[in-house]
Amino acid sequence: MTIIHTAEEAAKNAEYKNVVTQLLYQLADDDFIVAFRGSEWLGLAPHIEADVAYSSITQNTMGHAAYFYQLLEELGQGPKNKLAHERSANERRNATYLEIKNGDGEYDQDPYYDWALAVIRGFFYETFKRVRLQMLKNCSYVPLTHAANRMLAEQTYHLAYWKMWVNQLQSSSATAKQKLDTRIQEAWNECLDLLQLGDQQEKMIVYQLMPEESLIEKQWIHELSKTLVQVPDRPLQKVFSGRKGEHTKDLEQAIDTLSEVYRLEEHAVW
Amino acid sequence: MVGNRLNKETAHQILMAVDDPELAGVSIVDLGMIDQVDVTSSGEIFVRLIPTFTGCPALDFIERQVVQVLKQQGFTRIDVAFSFDIPWSTTRITKKGIASLRQNGIAVPTTPDEDFNWEVNCPYCESLFTSVDNLFGPTACRSILYCHHCKNPFEAMKPIHS
Ligand SMILES: [Zn+2]
Repeated sequence: MTIIHTAEEAAKNAEYKNVVTQLLYQLADDDFIVAFRGSEWLGLAPHIEADVAYSSITQNTMGHAAYFYQLLEELGQGPKNKLAHERSANERRNATYLEIKNGDGEYDQDPYYDWALAVIRGFFYETFKRVRLQMLKNCSYVPLTHAANRMLAEQTYHLAYWKMWVNQLQSSSATAKQKLDTRIQEAWNECLDLLQLGDQQEKMIVYQLMPEESLIEKQWIHELSKTLVQVPDRPLQKVFSGRKGEHTKDLEQAIDTLSEVYRLEEHAVW
Repeated sequence: MVGNRLNKETAHQILMAVDDPELAGVSIVDLGMIDQVDVTSSGEIFVRLIPTFTGCPALDFIERQVVQVLKQQGFTRIDVAFSFDIPWSTTRITKKGIASLRQNGIAVPTTPDEDFNWEVNCPYCESLFTSVDNLFGPTACRSILYCHHCKNPFEAMKPIHS
């Protein structure tokens, strides 16, 4: 396999550059929207320890997103701040399951958020992120292998945290179990596009950037089954294909909110 | 001529003056955050720093501090950047760093094994009878622990193995 060491080297092969760019948008946009939804929980988590932990995870996840946008900037996609804040919903490549609102209401107005959604989404996403980073550790784009190694070391804590919540709630009251199950079933109906690679999937395999989608799915379910008492015994489904730029109204709300803050202080350091 | 006086060694010493803004008295050198320092024959200096955690909000502040102390010491052409290609780990902290962290009530744990088991001595009484209260502390790189021997809460650098 051909190893590509730098952005300049990637630029010599237009097709390779395009494929690695598409993959980086998925990585960056996933972490970005996860961090945004996480930031909306600030001050609302069930107790102070959870608030500290969740905001720490969120801050670090935003750091990962910023780093992926940086790699995109190096590939000539424009300044990382603009990539994060100024792209419209149909330009985003995050999985749609990650963009769904935290619950009913708005952050600044009656936020009836659901902690069971935060727990299941956090657990499902961080499990997936770990599987994906482990695959990227050996991919053909060297800057991405470095990012993967660094993030794997840090991300251990994110995953361990959500696992702890799943374990505790699974052995808790009937209400807790039922709330978790509702969110697990919901995720099963929506999160197939998280495991997909979009239009360039075949080229991603050819250029040894990612393996087949079926392998990603298999690994992910295998990891989930180590923690979940019961993994749904039915095929995963999706409503939209976020990897192809299809999104829900919830993503527009997220972009409106975050770009409002961004426009106030466009040159702030983040 | 700046070339003779301002070399790699002096630059390292100069950087000892930069503390982590969240850990007073603990320099970025002792935290193992220096990847590379190079001074060219014409006196231009390149500094490559390793961030502890990727999402650390103190990075810009540290970068500005580094530029400032190097300027004060006579460097004029300064290039500071972060290299994310090397993962930071608790094993990068120097002996002096471990001692200064302890003075801040922050312990440095052992490197975790394959199963992510690790140990930490209480920074006050040295006891190993400690437990994790919250993996997530006041900053990305710190956890909150409790000593069952001297009954003190304390912090520890989050163990990272890579
Ligand atoms: Zn003690």
